Amino acid sequence: MTTEVQHSDITHHYLRAKKKFPNVWCAGCGNGIVMGALIRAIDKLGLDKDNVAIVSGIGCSSRMPVYMDFNTLHTAHGRALAFATGVKMAKPSMKVIVITGDGDALAIGGNHFIHACRRNIDITTILVNNRIYGMTGGQFSPTTTGGAIATTAPYGNYEKQFDVVNLATAAGASYVARGTVYHVQQLEKLIEGGITKKGFALIEAVSNCHTYYGRLNREGDAVAMISWMKEHAMPIQAAAKLPPEKMVGKFVTGLIHETNATEFCEEYDRLVERLAAKEAGK
Amino acid sequence: MKNINMEKARLLQGNEACVQGALYAGIQFFAGYPITPSTEIAEGLARELPRIGAKFIQMEDEIGSLAAVIGASNAGCKAMTATSGPGYSLMQEHIGYAYITETPCVIIDVQRGGPSTGLPTKVSQSDTMQARWGTHGDYTAIAVAPSSVREVFEETVRAFNLAERFRTPVTVLTDEVLGHMREMMVIPEKGELEIVNRKKPDVPTDWYKHFDLTADFVSPMAAFGEGYRYNVSGLTHDQEGFPTAVPSEIKEKLDKLRNKIERFSDEIFKMRTEMMDDARIAVISYGSVARASYQAVKIAREKRIKVGAIQPLTIWPFPDAQLRQMLSGVKRVIVAELNMGQMVHEVRRVAPKGTEVFFMGRYDGEVMTPQQIVSKIGEVK
Amino acid sequence: MTETNPKLDVSEKEPSANDKYAGKLPPLNIFLHWCKGCNICIAFCPNKVLEPDRDGKPILAHPEKCTQCAICWLHCPDFAITSNYK
Repeated sequence: MTTEVQHSDITHHYLRAKKKFPNVWCAGCGNGIVMGALIRAIDKLGLDKDNVAIVSGIGCSSRMPVYMDFNTLHTAHGRALAFATGVKMAKPSMKVIVITGDGDALAIGGNHFIHACRRNIDITTILVNNRIYGMTGGQFSPTTTGGAIATTAPYGNYEKQFDVVNLATAAGASYVARGTVYHVQQLEKLIEGGITKKGFALIEAVSNCHTYYGRLNREGDAVAMISWMKEHAMPIQAAAKLPPEKMVGKFVTGLIHETNATEFCEEYDRLVERLAAKEAGK
Repeated sequence: MKNINMEKARLLQGNEACVQGALYAGIQFFAGYPITPSTEIAEGLARELPRIGAKFIQMEDEIGSLAAVIGASNAGCKAMTATSGPGYSLMQEHIGYAYITETPCVIIDVQRGGPSTGLPTKVSQSDTMQARWGTHGDYTAIAVAPSSVREVFEETVRAFNLAERFRTPVTVLTDEVLGHMREMMVIPEKGELEIVNRKKPDVPTDWYKHFDLTADFVSPMAAFGEGYRYNVSGLTHDQEGFPTAVPSEIKEKLDKLRNKIERFSDEIFKMRTEMMDDARIAVISYGSVARASYQAVKIAREKRIKVGAIQPLTIWPFPDAQLRQMLSGVKRVIVAELNMGQMVHEVRRVAPKGTEVFFMGRYDGEVMTPQQIVSKIGEVK
Repeated sequence: MTETNPKLDVSEKEPSANDKYAGKLPPLNIFLHWCKGCNICIAFCPNKVLEPDRDGKPILAHPEKCTQCAICWLHCPDFAITSNYK
């Protein structure tokens, strides 16, 4: 471990004192680990609490914002990015962070997801991917592994899956990364990079739902599922050097795609300036 | 058209008047999606808003449009969207979200024939009930219905004022006829019409409760980024905005949503009447039908029939007390709407015992004519 | 009682005089009210500093072995374990 780790109780300084703790998630749920990484990233960047807005949809990961002492907006299922677009356009100087899940963002929220990527609007989205609908009891999602059991796929999931990173990249996001709840320090850095990036940043946080996914598919408890991430994640720099056979069963982590593209709010501001100049020149 | 100042008057389309009304009210954010017959509102604001440094965005659908409006309103903006029936149906979930989060916003519904895709270019008034009951759950709605181009302007301004005063979404029910017709109107000078802004908090940030239970049930509203770091959630919540499952807190919240509007409905009430003083028959109508009603009542009066016209401009909350009072000497009431019967149910509910209620509906996509109403008056007298 | 439940015995153990943290604050701070006994900190600690009590919540079984590597508090989903030195 490096010596750059912040004070161990830094997270406590960003929690809402009036909220009930311990948090609502199951024991060992990766959501809490992601929340820790997010708070540490915000702290590292020295962001002003008043200038941060956190928007979420509906689902287990969407319960995250309420616990944190920022401007928080807990919206409707799948719609966090649309609400966040309004917040960001209204107050472009605020840092707007969206917390969403695999079902929230890619099923019902799929349309808003691809358009937010397309606009390259300066929002940082953390998509907690636990490959299931946890809040409603274990139904399959657009990222549930083929063949896996879910309550609405009792004979095994025969649907295909989205690759979150590929989808976001193809739709136009300018910063696309994947982390896991095991590799927390990498996750924290990816979140920092996403917040700093001027443009749409998508960080997929591979997480564990041992309560439903793990139990239905015999993948074990929180420790077992998180250990699996440790064994099967491959950082992109290392993956680049490996032959394809060595990558079977593994998934790539790190900053996978980054590009520079004009950002939506900036484009709008440029239009406003142009019109004002034209008006003044009359 | 009486006494209009022709030098200052402009020939405006109804949808254009809506744009001008929004600008007059101080709109700062518009998000919308094209849908006939409301599209001109989005197009007009796409032209005007960047010129004044306000924000415009065409979202990917109506659901996203109202979401962006609510997000912007919580970030401090006066925000509006515009749509028609199908889009209004899509927006219902977020209308409920705006109700429970007490987010001020304006939704323009330029009604067309339904259900479903229906009649994109033809008129109806079939969203009247949807404006009251469209979304699930318990809440109290505010909806207004203009009947002329000038009223579209004025009611849009009033909708913004009501949204800000009561921290609630407000629907403006116009229709395809009003949206696309053109009339002369003079845009009021600045200061002529009252502009209302949401109450801001007057307590230190640590003491701020985003859903504070106040004497008039309307909580002051801070915006994101102003130093008050609060939580907004669609889950039923306590005064701090945190989700609750405590029965007394749940009831308190829902009572607040009702009381803030019902107990102050006098401030929302708006109705216009013609020749009702000695009327034994009344024609109740709203929106574009009211235009025909006034004409019909004039014609009937020439035939010595004691008939008057009542035009509610505030549709919801329905003017129970005022209408009951107004109908106390009236023997027969005709409710004329461009649907198969929506407001008529409310009229039946509040009409005094001695008053008989007749319904006349037109739902073939065409306008109600004065002649049709005159015939009906002749029938029932 | 101690014969039937040896784990209880561990929680009552006093650090010995040779311990790194004798007379000082222990290396880690555990907030039992926030801890849900998920076992992540116990399982991932590289030096087996923590052991579960009867509720599955961590006890500082071997405080002297703690190297302040931060794995436990970085991975705790409930922020229920922190360091007294970092």
